[in-house]
Amino acid sequence: MPKRFNLLKSIRKHGIFYVCIVVFIFFAIASDAFLSRANLMNVVRQVSMLGISAVGMTCVILTSGIDLTVGSVLGIAGTVCAKLMVEAGFHPIISVILALLAACLCGAVSAFLITSVRIPPLIATLGLMGTIRGIIYILCGGLPIYGFTKAFKVIGQGYVGIIPVPVIIMVVIFITGHLFLNRSRYGRYIYGLGGNEEAARLSGVNIRGMKYLTYIFSALCSGIAGIVMLSRLFSAQPTTGDGFEMNVITAVVLGGISIAGGEGKLSGVVAGVLIIGILTNGMILLNIDSYWQMVVQGIVLLIAVGVDQMGKSMQGKTGRIEKAEKAA
Amino acid sequence: MDENLILEARNVSKGFPGVQALDDVTFNLRKGEVHALIGENGAGKSTLIKILTGAHQLDSGEILLEGEALTNLTPHHAMECGISAIYQEFNLVPYLTVAENIYLGREFMKSVFVDMDKMNESASEIFGAMGVAINPSIQVSDLSVAYKQLVEIGKAVSQNSSILILDEPTAALTNKETENLFKLIKKLRSEGVSIIYISHRLEELQEIADRITVLRDGRYIDTVNIADTDRAGLISLMVGRELGMDFPKPTPASDEIVLEVKKLSTENLLDDINFKLRKGEILGFGGLVGAGRTEVARALFGLDNVTQGEIIIHGKKVVNRNPSGAIGNGIGLIPEDRKDQGVLLNLSIRENIGYTFIKQISDWIFVNRRKERGLVDEFQKKLNIKCSSTEQRVSNLSGGNQQKVVLAKWLAGDCDILIFDEPTRGIDVGAKQEIYNLIKELAEDGKGIILISSEMPELIGMSERIIVMHEGVIEGELSASDVSQEKILDLASGKE
Repeated sequence: MPKRFNLLKSIRKHGIFYVCIVVFIFFAIASDAFLSRANLMNVVRQVSMLGISAVGMTCVILTSGIDLTVGSVLGIAGTVCAKLMVEAGFHPIISVILALLAACLCGAVSAFLITSVRIPPLIATLGLMGTIRGIIYILCGGLPIYGFTKAFKVIGQGYVGIIPVPVIIMVVIFITGHLFLNRSRYGRYIYGLGGNEEAARLSGVNIRGMKYLTYIFSALCSGIAGIVMLSRLFSAQPTTGDGFEMNVITAVVLGGISIAGGEGKLSGVVAGVLIIGILTNGMILLNIDSYWQMVVQGIVLLIAVGVDQMGKSMQGKTGRIEKAEKAA
Repeated sequence: MDENLILEARNVSKGFPGVQALDDVTFNLRKGEVHALIGENGAGKSTLIKILTGAHQLDSGEILLEGEALTNLTPHHAMECGISAIYQEFNLVPYLTVAENIYLGREFMKSVFVDMDKMNESASEIFGAMGVAINPSIQVSDLSVAYKQLVEIGKAVSQNSSILILDEPTAALTNKETENLFKLIKKLRSEGVSIIYISHRLEELQEIADRITVLRDGRYIDTVNIADTDRAGLISLMVGRELGMDFPKPTPASDEIVLEVKKLSTENLLDDINFKLRKGEILGFGGLVGAGRTEVARALFGLDNVTQGEIIIHGKKVVNRNPSGAIGNGIGLIPEDRKDQGVLLNLSIRENIGYTFIKQISDWIFVNRRKERGLVDEFQKKLNIKCSSTEQRVSNLSGGNQQKVVLAKWLAGDCDILIFDEPTRGIDVGAKQEIYNLIKELAEDGKGIILISSEMPELIGMSERIIVMHEGVIEGELSASDVSQEKILDLASGKE
């Protein structure tokens, strides 16, 4: 009895990892090509941009906010970087730094709208998402930008040993995010203010400062993802990153980060990102129609969140029963 | 047996974890009377009302409506029985019109559409009968508090309620509005409506009530005819209890002033607040709910805008624009609402204790686990926080232990001035005693302590001086030697 209880508990606690394993096993059986080393490497490389952005999004959602600008920020970082390299003739490193600063500026604007103008995060970043996308089109006149130096390929297409550079960047960002959220005092502030902003404020936390920090961090992550994307595609397309925010949010929520804020671990997000990667890759290998792929991804999100919610209401019920028993 | 009874509560008991809210309480209501229900905060008035309206289920006892027992009362069922309650927070939908609110859930229909004309007409009739002028097609959010209240009463009237419960109805009204309300209450009474009237304002009971029932600590004390009693008699009924707790008296404070407040006023309530707090002193703040005690704390802590006045700490004038500024100036606030303002329920005990003064246990931006461990262990032991592990989530702790976590959060730093706002509300007796001992120790260590409390024994037992507030001003100050519950209540209910 106690042993079985522990298994249940473990599933409830780390459910998303079990889901990840199940999905993995399913495709390993269903497709011969899936388990090859090249394909598995492909999976992680494909999800690297998603993973990088998901780290920033995780921080934002933990504060009980949301950042819909990630797709547009990804796009504008690429566009700015491309323009600087091709039209202004800047060195790639300088271009990348300036592009990342542009991304950070977008995050600062989000935070300003949310903290000072007091627009709810959903609306503030929704408005900004469209605005930034428009600026991308204006900057590039609706046309792709290309013609970079070969060396720029390294970021998105290079390898260190057998490991793709984007994957290394993703891992570094995840480790940074982990240290930030679980080891630094700012991480503690973020969890606290996401769970109870008023109590955090009364504890002397600079709420406004923390929001600037998280939205700028999120934008920085997406900016990095944008540079990786630019290097992979080797051209800046005005449509790059369109709809990307939905994938990022899906991965984060799949990873068990509560949309209400203050709950969830970054480790779960790793699983969330991998599930999306495996699903996308596996469905392509199985030749599933791309329209159906969209249906499956949507359903996966709903199931994951639904299970999470049901788990919570079950917990609530048992909690009440325990209380009633104590009272009796 | 009184033939004229409409509602009767017999031997009603109700317990919540840690508190016996009602203990064998009997209450009866005659047809066409205004029956006042009084008692200090926590006496059990709200619980009784919630049981009568079906919001809470009773543990034992029975409720009789016109002689028939009501079982398993639900709010819906209570309404059908003609019992309506009007609380201080109104149950109106702000963006609907007056008529829509009155008939919410019972709309008049014309095929599939709502018949607005008929609803407005019918609402007008009700207001006409009540003798008040409200346009039923106006949006509720545009009405003043007094009118919202009238809409609530109109809603109750429209449901043909025979029993109307008014919870502190005059709390937010002007004198003129109060007069109008009393006229309406008298009119309803003459039409046979029975009214349960809850109020802290003893003077107004003389004018409006027929009988008064006094509750104290969840127990029934007495029911008296208003004609047979006076203000002093009521106060002695409300108080009249022994100080059950063992209150440690701290050693006398030094003469050193840690905090001086001069002519402090705020936008919302406070007017000309002056007081001094000495090192090692426990200064009590008494008064009724809404008297402005919490607002004093908020103003000191940089949460409310100070429009006028000075805050002087250790002889230096300071301006606290936000909590972090106030903390920097050595002020700590243990807020009144534990769940919403005090603890971070989603975090563990460890994460909570280290939250406020996390800089102290951090190297650069990273939390130093060893220092954190030391701090957490120290306070878990010192405050005797009962838990299976400090990794336990705070949401799983009892109220008393949660409160200890909040205290630990604040004691981890080294604030010179600590403000305790209702530090023992809703926690069990054992934890209360521990918190009292702790507050005393803090005073002995030389902290200046402001204790805001609605529990008289606690306030009197702990404080060296007590400042009593009423409607945003300081009504008087009592020293430990000449304080009594009667004196506090007298000041707190505002002398005429």
